[in-house]
Amino acid sequence: MSLRETIIPILTVIAVIVAIWYAAAVWMNAQWTLDQAERAGQTVTFTQIVADTMGQDRPLLPAPHQVIAELWNTTVEKKITSKRSLIYHAWITLSATLLGFAIGTTLGVLLAVLIVHNIAADKSLMPWIIATQTIPILAIAPMIIVVLNAIGISGLLPKALISTYLSFFPVVVGMVKGLRSPEPYLLDLMRTYNASGWQTFWKLKWPGSLPYLFISMKIAVAISLVGAIVGELPTGAIAGLGARLLAGSYYGQTIQIWSALFMAAALAAVLVGIVGLLHRITLKRMGMAR
Amino acid sequence: MPAIDNVICANNLSLTFESDQGPIHALSGVDLEIGKGEFVSFIGPSGCGKTTFLRVIADLEQPTGGAISVNGMTPEEARKLRAYGYVFQAPALYPWRTVEKNIALPLEIMDFPKEERRVRIEKLLDLVDLSGFGRKYPWQLSGGMQQRASIARALAFDADLLLMDEPFGALDEIVRDHLNEQLLKLWERTNKTICFVTHSIPEAVYLSTRIVVMSPRPGRVTDIIESTLPKERPLDIRDTPEFLEIAHRVREGLKAGHSYE
Repeated sequence: MSLRETIIPILTVIAVIVAIWYAAAVWMNAQWTLDQAERAGQTVTFTQIVADTMGQDRPLLPAPHQVIAELWNTTVEKKITSKRSLIYHAWITLSATLLGFAIGTTLGVLLAVLIVHNIAADKSLMPWIIATQTIPILAIAPMIIVVLNAIGISGLLPKALISTYLSFFPVVVGMVKGLRSPEPYLLDLMRTYNASGWQTFWKLKWPGSLPYLFISMKIAVAISLVGAIVGELPTGAIAGLGARLLAGSYYGQTIQIWSALFMAAALAAVLVGIVGLLHRITLKRMGMAR
Repeated sequence: MPAIDNVICANNLSLTFESDQGPIHALSGVDLEIGKGEFVSFIGPSGCGKTTFLRVIADLEQPTGGAISVNGMTPEEARKLRAYGYVFQAPALYPWRTVEKNIALPLEIMDFPKEERRVRIEKLLDLVDLSGFGRKYPWQLSGGMQQRASIARALAFDADLLLMDEPFGALDEIVRDHLNEQLLKLWERTNKTICFVTHSIPEAVYLSTRIVVMSPRPGRVTDIIESTLPKERPLDIRDTPEFLEIAHRVREGLKAGHSYE
């Protein structure tokens, strides 16, 4: 596909979204403008309403350029050590995300290996693993933080563990499928060589499962970020994207909420992009990319 | 009782699979002896147990009755001593390994030293006419080349017995002829014992010293035909009356098997 064929549809969609957004901003913020005018005993024209809705301090829905200006202000214009820097807050969340993702992936792989090689684990573990994901994370997150605090663990780890709670699941499911993906005749082949279980694992099952692992990791890294943000919400965290969202909603700082949301989305895109890149590089090095 | 120079000795061998629709008699009362250096083909319609018999020899299936010995021991003991190389219907190459790494797989598992592996791979690539393709991945090769690589892999560790389960079944006629010719040369050079499962009458007659005709439900041996063809077999031997005579007997055997139903 040529660059033109890929870029034009994307730009079209973005343009439509921005147009709808501006229209919605005018529509949603107009009430406040009208109320202000009425209180001051003034009448306002449509043009004045539109102009005012584009630049309110606490709009119901900030206009795109307001969010972009806020993003610029809190990233480029602030030192990254500043408590008002969005990069600082993003880093706090990112560190919990990465730690939780690393633990979650490791845990997921280990559980999958156990499930594939042990019939008892296969029968007993899977229902529990699925059950963990039916509990709303918002309900369990504060408890994890409180319990861990009570035994003296605070800071990064509790938040990371909430990421782990979400991210191990797709890895378990993907890796169980991946480790079982080799065709029966490939397993038979190992048997004809009288290969040990260990050799069969490292030379057949593990390499065969890698494509599945990377697909799972793409999902896992994105929900790790969600987990880290959720972990910051109910706990009165003072730093991190979740804390920015929470503070924004306490004080009606909608522009701050939206810019934190955009930062989170950008972070997720970058993380998924990096895992995707690792996926491609690995498959290429294994000779499986065509 | 297994004679010393018999590689395979089956005595009243039977195998029954249990299924939801009741028992399936994959093998029933099979008596067969295969001597060292023989090239034996198993031919018959689907479900006649020819592949199952090969898998029993390879200790990939367990018989439910009778006795079988491989090199004078149980199939399991023989497998653990790596007595045979097995070639599957599909090439069964690992997609993440190059051709030479695929051939190296059994050598790695059997702990051959690195230098020894390299020398063997070189020789094997030459033997199956794949020199210069060692660094290619399986998907970069044609079906025939992939199957040749898988034969090289089965030969890598000097097993005297080669078990081949319809290795050329998925290939076109011309490639198949070529590989048949090469396989005969290889058999002559290496003096291995080969058990070869096939659907094709000309293939069976062209390759074998003996042809075992089987019939389904229950899977059993209906005829064993000794080939009178010379060891030296150019492809056009298939047009000689002698060849056609044997092919005719095989076809009659297959028909007879069917008439039992």
